[in-house]
Amino acid sequence: MHIDLDHFTPIQSLAGGLLIGAAAGLLVIFCGRIAGISGILGGLLKRQSADKPWRFAFIAGLVLSPLVFQLFSALPAIDIDASWGRLVLAGLLVGLGARLGSGCTSGHGVCGLSRLSPRSLVATLVFMLIAMLTVGMMGHG
Amino acid sequence: MVVLFSLLSGLLFGTGLLVSGMANPAKVLGFLDITRAWDPSLALVKGGAIIAGLVTFWLASRRKRPVFEETFYLPGNRTLDKRLISGAALFGIGWGLAGICPGPALVLLGGGVLKGIVFVLAMLAGMLLFEWLDSRTLSRGK
Repeated sequence: MHIDLDHFTPIQSLAGGLLIGAAAGLLVIFCGRIAGISGILGGLLKRQSADKPWRFAFIAGLVLSPLVFQLFSALPAIDIDASWGRLVLAGLLVGLGARLGSGCTSGHGVCGLSRLSPRSLVATLVFMLIAMLTVGMMGHG
Repeated sequence: MVVLFSLLSGLLFGTGLLVSGMANPAKVLGFLDITRAWDPSLALVKGGAIIAGLVTFWLASRRKRPVFEETFYLPGNRTLDKRLISGAALFGIGWGLAGICPGPALVLLGGGVLKGIVFVLAMLAGMLLFEWLDSRTLSRGK
């Protein structure tokens, strides 16, 4: 293994990370909610739920973000190597796993770790390790 | 106001994903793949997010209530159970297969990327599968 300096973007990644943490902070300070994307989306799929408007608004903000971003700058390159079948399997596992495990990279990985939650620390270590093993065994596409 | 600030938070979150490079699945895989050329960018995204998160969640913890709500809605479960571990493991396999997690998936959907749209549909199907499994477990009395 060696560090891929051609693709490493320390400044942008740190700045983007700060924005992500600030977005999560904005939601908890003003609305009292955790910015866990799978949890917010999952709540929209439940039949009885009184708190759908804020969930819908947050998801709408995420979906609209590339359109707003485009007003100021070109969108970054997007490369998805996965085949269609692999993509569908990945989506199913991500959706099921995130709901079963009560969170994903945002809910556990950002908010949970920022709240120093032991559950989130364990979940984050498990999914990072398993994802690394999966890529190591299955390659990129 | 809750709806407006939720929208703003979603916009800011998505912008952060785009700026950080994490909306590009190939870049996420460049971090997860430690066997070849390793791109450490995701570690800095996480570092930045947790630094900003620690400060803002600390600020939130000093408040009696959120600005526009009566109370904080925070998860209270503290037990490490089978559900947490198996869910995180399944999530990890899916994340490793395509390099896409729920946030970037929704940003790709908004960007009109066809593979992103297909991923989101599959992810929603996975979430509905969870709701179905969960309701069966509950009806059996758990």
